[in-house]
Amino acid sequence: MATEHAFPDTAAKTADASQEFLTEKMSVAMGPSHPSTHGVLRLQLELDGEIVTHCDPVLGYLHRGDEKIAENMTYNQFVPYTDRLDYLAPLANNVAYAIAVEKLANLKVPARCEAIRVICCELARISSHLLGLGAFAMDTGAWTVFMYQFTEREKLYKLFEELTGARFTTSYTRIGGVSRDMPEGWTDRVLSFCDQFLPILDEMLEMLTRNKIFMDRTVGVGVISKADAIAYGLTGPNARGSGVTVDLRKDTPYCGYEQYEFDVPVGVTGDSYDRYLCRGEEMKQSVRIVRQAVKNMPGGAWYAEDAKKIFAPRKDKVLTSMEELINNFMIVTEGPQMPAGEVYFEAENPKGALGFFIVSKGGGVPYRMKIRSPSFCNLSILPKVCQGNLLSDVVAILGSFDFVMGECDR
Amino acid sequence: MIATADVTAALQGKFPQLTPRPSGDHPAFNVPLAEAVAVLKELRDAHAFDFLVDVTAADWGVDASPRFTVFWHLFSTTDHGYLRLAADCANDVEPVAPTVSDLWPAANWHERETYDLLGITFSNHPDLRRILMWDGYPYHPLRKDFPLAGIDTPLPDLEVGDLTKTTAKPAPMVGGPFVASPGEMNMTDAEPRAKDESWNERSEKPASE
Repeated sequence: MATEHAFPDTAAKTADASQEFLTEKMSVAMGPSHPSTHGVLRLQLELDGEIVTHCDPVLGYLHRGDEKIAENMTYNQFVPYTDRLDYLAPLANNVAYAIAVEKLANLKVPARCEAIRVICCELARISSHLLGLGAFAMDTGAWTVFMYQFTEREKLYKLFEELTGARFTTSYTRIGGVSRDMPEGWTDRVLSFCDQFLPILDEMLEMLTRNKIFMDRTVGVGVISKADAIAYGLTGPNARGSGVTVDLRKDTPYCGYEQYEFDVPVGVTGDSYDRYLCRGEEMKQSVRIVRQAVKNMPGGAWYAEDAKKIFAPRKDKVLTSMEELINNFMIVTEGPQMPAGEVYFEAENPKGALGFFIVSKGGGVPYRMKIRSPSFCNLSILPKVCQGNLLSDVVAILGSFDFVMGECDR
Repeated sequence: MIATADVTAALQGKFPQLTPRPSGDHPAFNVPLAEAVAVLKELRDAHAFDFLVDVTAADWGVDASPRFTVFWHLFSTTDHGYLRLAADCANDVEPVAPTVSDLWPAANWHERETYDLLGITFSNHPDLRRILMWDGYPYHPLRKDFPLAGIDTPLPDLEVGDLTKTTAKPAPMVGGPFVASPGEMNMTDAEPRAKDESWNERSEKPASE
């Protein structure tokens, strides 16, 4: 009996404490115009104090009906729409879409075209990861990286402009090739970009990797287990951060990726910090691939010669040769004639696996085109990850996911 | 790559109603809708297709029967192979398909999207709400009888609509260059003008002041 008097009644004390801190659940709409939701994502949060007890993502603010539009236009006409999917890496989308349609048409593009596309994809990956990194750093309180990476992206956009004629909405690929060859000396400028980029990238990563504030905000925050990453359909750096060793460039090589030597960084714990580390390392690997592609750039045509009925002929030929003029006329009026069939192709884009499922009944337009967007699938795990975290951690988790709503909502 | 022949044989031994489906690339199968979940579970547990890539559907047109086909794409993170499964919905007016969201949580949003855009109800889905269009939107835009130009609908927030007496405007593409429906508008009328759209070959340019 004596002991009971000696120790205070712990149960009663806990009850007192919970009485003291008892809070009312609050419903907060985070977004659709919130700086950390990177676009127009709305999170309908239920908060208990600062703890998120329920998270319901609301999508669709940027839904434009891309799949419906695709059913109503020819295959080449849809290329500009792919720019607007993941608008931070339009070149990579262009390539993924072109390969999907080429698969339907049973078309093999020449080696030079593939090498150009690889350079495009990897430069797009660098540009996308840079912004993802900068925005993530900014969300967790580090402004400097954001400024640094925009300088680098500006250099990349100059390269894109030189190659495609546009900085943002590149629309560079065509079914069966690319819209034009690389300008003279472009590869040298790509190489010199790579040379000066690596030290700056190291500097940027140094600012974050062992940064006390950044680590406090990200280490152990938003942990996704490997099983969860697979079950929820996560792809790209988000899945690899959780230890899923899937990189479509390695596993189902397309576009000649099997010729290049590169490593696939994989995380261990699956927290926001690991996802950041994966992106940082992927940029270095991208530089490696770009250098190899430039070094081994094959000569020859940059469009498939046997795609005459699909690929619009070159303008100078259209103006001088009857055959090409007729071809051009047929393609413009009727659209390129595709065989009937069903194909699915997905490419390893900066944000994850971007897939196109094309159902064709033959003719010039797809009968049904489903776009499997990585951001959409990656975000579907948000309710699970955000639950039980602090509201301020939601910002860090969103930053580490690096999603784009243009692609998510389509 | 995965040993496709083995999977095909094993599956067809267990599910005799499974038939190969013509495909441009990956192995594909037709399956009766009632068996779809069992086949998917078998593929996941016994054949290492552990990754659900996609759930989607196609509408084969108003007059077609079966009108709706549901597609599942699977990927194996260990063998790196793809597989496509297709099942026709029995009901052409109110199509219903079984959910696989208890096998893969990833299916949750894919099925919500398919419900939203094509109007296929997934039975036993934990949270079957619209995801891309707003709650209360009356149509399913990816159905073939839905026009590309869109249909006039009330504003999402009914209170605002009542107050301002407005409805949502027709989609901006009505009469635009991308409306390829034949017979409704000829190309001359549909062709965009860079600045002044009030004239074309058929109707004269208004006299300038």
